[in-house]
Amino acid sequence: MTDAAKVRYADARRTLNLDPVTIRKARSLARKAGAPVVSLAKRHTTVSVERATLRLAGLEGADVEGIPWVNRLVDVVREQVGLEHGVSLPVWDAMLRTNDDLITVAQKAAAGSLTFRIPEARDAARSGKAARATISAGIRRIDANRKHRDKLITKYGNPPAPWIYLIVATGDIYEDIPQAQAAAREGADVIAVIRSTGQSLLDYVPEGATREGYAGTYATQENFRLMRAALDETSAELGRYVRLTNYASGLCMPEIASLAGLERLDMMLNDSMYGILFRDINPIRTFVDQRFSRQIHARAGIIINTGEDNYLTTADAVDAAHTVTVSQLLNEYFAKEAGLEDWQLGLGHAFEINPDVPDSFRLELAHAMLARALFPDAPLKWMPPTKHMTGDIFKGFLHDGFFNLAGALTGQGILLVGMMTEAVVTPWLSDRDLALQNVRYVFNTAGRLHEDFRPAPDGFIAQRAREVLGEAVDLLERVVDDTLLEAIGDGTFGLMKRPAHAGRGLDGVVKKASGYLNPAADLLDEGVAR
Amino acid sequence: MSKATPAKAAKPTKTIVRPYGDTTGDGMVQMSFTLPLPHDKRAEGAALQLAKKMGMDPAMVVHAKAMGPEFTFFVVYGSVHHLVDLRDVQVVERDYPLLSPKEVNSAIKKMLRRPLVVVGACIGTDAHTVGIDAILNIKGFAGEKGLEYYTEVTVVNLGAQVSVPDLVEQSRIHKADAVLVSQVVTQRDAHLHNTREMSAAFREAFPADKRPLLVVGGPRFDESMTTELGVDRIFGKGTTPGEVASYLVHSLLGQREKGKRS
Repeated sequence: MTDAAKVRYADARRTLNLDPVTIRKARSLARKAGAPVVSLAKRHTTVSVERATLRLAGLEGADVEGIPWVNRLVDVVREQVGLEHGVSLPVWDAMLRTNDDLITVAQKAAAGSLTFRIPEARDAARSGKAARATISAGIRRIDANRKHRDKLITKYGNPPAPWIYLIVATGDIYEDIPQAQAAAREGADVIAVIRSTGQSLLDYVPEGATREGYAGTYATQENFRLMRAALDETSAELGRYVRLTNYASGLCMPEIASLAGLERLDMMLNDSMYGILFRDINPIRTFVDQRFSRQIHARAGIIINTGEDNYLTTADAVDAAHTVTVSQLLNEYFAKEAGLEDWQLGLGHAFEINPDVPDSFRLELAHAMLARALFPDAPLKWMPPTKHMTGDIFKGFLHDGFFNLAGALTGQGILLVGMMTEAVVTPWLSDRDLALQNVRYVFNTAGRLHEDFRPAPDGFIAQRAREVLGEAVDLLERVVDDTLLEAIGDGTFGLMKRPAHAGRGLDGVVKKASGYLNPAADLLDEGVAR
Repeated sequence: MSKATPAKAAKPTKTIVRPYGDTTGDGMVQMSFTLPLPHDKRAEGAALQLAKKMGMDPAMVVHAKAMGPEFTFFVVYGSVHHLVDLRDVQVVERDYPLLSPKEVNSAIKKMLRRPLVVVGACIGTDAHTVGIDAILNIKGFAGEKGLEYYTEVTVVNLGAQVSVPDLVEQSRIHKADAVLVSQVVTQRDAHLHNTREMSAAFREAFPADKRPLLVVGGPRFDESMTTELGVDRIFGKGTTPGEVASYLVHSLLGQREKGKRS
C-alpha cells in the first residue's frame, strides 16, 4: 500500500468516529481469548505436523497404493513408540543406526523390518542434530524461494491495489494451467486453484500431477510446482508477477503449508477456525496445525487469506456482521503470534447482505470501512456475493458491480472477482471475461471516488460501523468469559456447535512429552536457518 | 410418489406458444456463447451459422468481442421458428396440500403421537450445506422457518461430507422417518451418482416397510427422476421448508393410513 493510501485509511478511523479505546479493548480481548489456545497448541503435536516435518526433510513420494511415505513412516513410528517425542528423534536415530537414508527408512518401516526406539542421552543429541541438519535444508529452500519471489517482484513491481483474484477449478491440472495463464493475460494478479471438495478431509496429501477432482483440483506438491512454473512463464511474458494461491486448511494444513513454501506459492487460504466450524475438524487439531502452518507462512513470506466470508454464507450478513469482526481480530492475534506481519494478513470479509434489505449497500460500506479502519496495514480480502446470487445472471452482474464499487470505495487489497453465474455453473471463459470488464468499468469510472467520499460522522454508515464494533467487543467479552473452546462448542460462530472433544482428526492429536523434539518448529521459533 | 401430469395452460384456449419479444408471435430469443475462434468476420459468420442451426432465423450478432487471441464471445438475437405445444409439456405438480407449521405439528401429534424424525446431510464430497441448511436450520429460507422450528419435528443435521454408510447408520440410530439429502456439486454428475449410491444403500440396509422416506434436493436435479434415482421425492431450486414439511406429512402420515410403502 502506498503511504498516501495508508494515511487515507487510518483516516477512515476518524471518519467513522471509532473510539481508539474501544479498538484497543477489542484487540486486548482477542489476545485474552486466543492466548490459552496458543498455549494449548504449544503443548500438543499432530500427525500432520510430524508429517510436515518429514516433508521439510525432503521425504517425497508414495507407496504402490498411493499412500505417501510420510504417512507410512509416521504411522509406524506412532504404533511402535508413540509420537509424544515427535517423529524426528526415533527416525533419525534409526537412520544413524542403519546408515540408511530417509526414504529407505520409510520403506523399511512400512515393510515392517525396522524397530524404532526413543534415543536417550548422547544418542538423542546425535539424532536431534542430524534431524536438524536435514530439516534445515527444507527451511533454507523456503528462504531461497522467498528471496526469489522478492527479486521477481522488485524486477516487475507489484500491481496496484486491489489485486484481481481469479479462480480456476477444472479438476485437471493440465486444464487448469492454460486457464490460469489465460486469466493472468486477461488481468488476474492472483490465481487461486480451488481444491477438490473432498480434500480437506483427507488425512494425507495426494501425490503427483492429478487430472481428477470434484469442483477443484487436488493440492499436491507436483501440481503446485507445475502451476508455479507455468505462471512464472506468464509473469515473464506479461512483465508482472502473477501470484499463486492454494488452501492450507483441512486435516493436512501443516503439510500443505510446507509444500507451498517449498514450491513458492504466494498466498494461502488459512483461517483459524474455518476447519472447525465448516468441516467439523477437531478444534485442538485445528489450532495445533494452524499454528505450525502459520509459522511456515510467516517464514515463506506467504500472504494468508482468512475465511470470514463463510460466516456470512451460513448466518445472516447483517445480524452476524460482528462475528466477522471478532474472527478478524482472532485471526490477527493468532497470525501475529505465529510471526506473520500486517502485510501478510489478507483478513476476509464479504458482500453477502440480501440486496432486498433496504440500504443494504450502505450497510456493506459500513462493514467494509470498519474492517479497513481496524486493520489499516492489512491487505484485506474482499469476497463477492454468493448467497444472494439467484441464477438471474443480469441481476447478479449488477450485484457484482456494486460489490466492486464498495471495494473501490474502501480500499480492499485483494478483490476476488465475482461471477454472474455463481450458483449456476463453474465459471466459463466468458463469465470471467465479463466479470473482469465489470471490475474495470467500476475502477475506471469510480476507482478514485474514495478521495471525495466521506460518510457523515453521525450518519448511517458511521453509526452502523460503531454499532458493529460495539457488538464485536460484547461478543469478545463473552468469549473470554466462556473461553474460546467453549464458545466454539456452544455454536457462537457460524451457528455451528463444535465441542473440543469431538470432530475429525482428534485421534491425530498427541500431547508432547518433556523430551519432545521438532527441529522444524525449533528453526521456525528461533528464526534461524541451521 | 408424485406422478407427471400435463401442465395446465394459462388460458384454456392457448395450446401453442412462441417466445415473446415485443410482439405476439415474434419468437424472439437472446443467447450468448463463446466460439474457440479469433474475432474476425469468419467468426461472426460461424456464430450466425450456429444460431441458424439452432432454429434462429433471422439471427443478428449484436455483440462480438475477442477474449484473448483464440476465443470470441457473442450475443445473438433472433427469431426461433419452433413452436411449443403446451399439451406435450410434462412437469411434476405439487400433489399434496401445503400446510402451515401449526397444521404440520398438529397432524404429526394426532397421527404419529411422537416427533417426526428427520435426518439431513450433504453426502459424498459435497461441502455445500446451503441447501440442507435452508430447509433444516431455524433460520429457514424465503421467509419460512426451517424444520428445526417445527415443535413436532426432530431434526438431526449431520452437515457436510457425510459418507453414505454414516448416513445409514445415523438414520438407524435416530430412527429416522425421513432422510433429506442435499446435493449442489454437479461436476461429472456427482449429484446423480451420490444419490443412486445413497438410495441403494438404504434399500440394502432396511426392509421395504422400515426404510425411511428418501428425499433429495438441489438446484440441478430433474424432479421427475425419482424412479431412476431410487428416491421418494426430488425437490428442485427454490423449494421452501414449508413445502418439504407438507410433503413429509402427506407422504408419511398419509401412507400410515393406507398401509406400507413399496
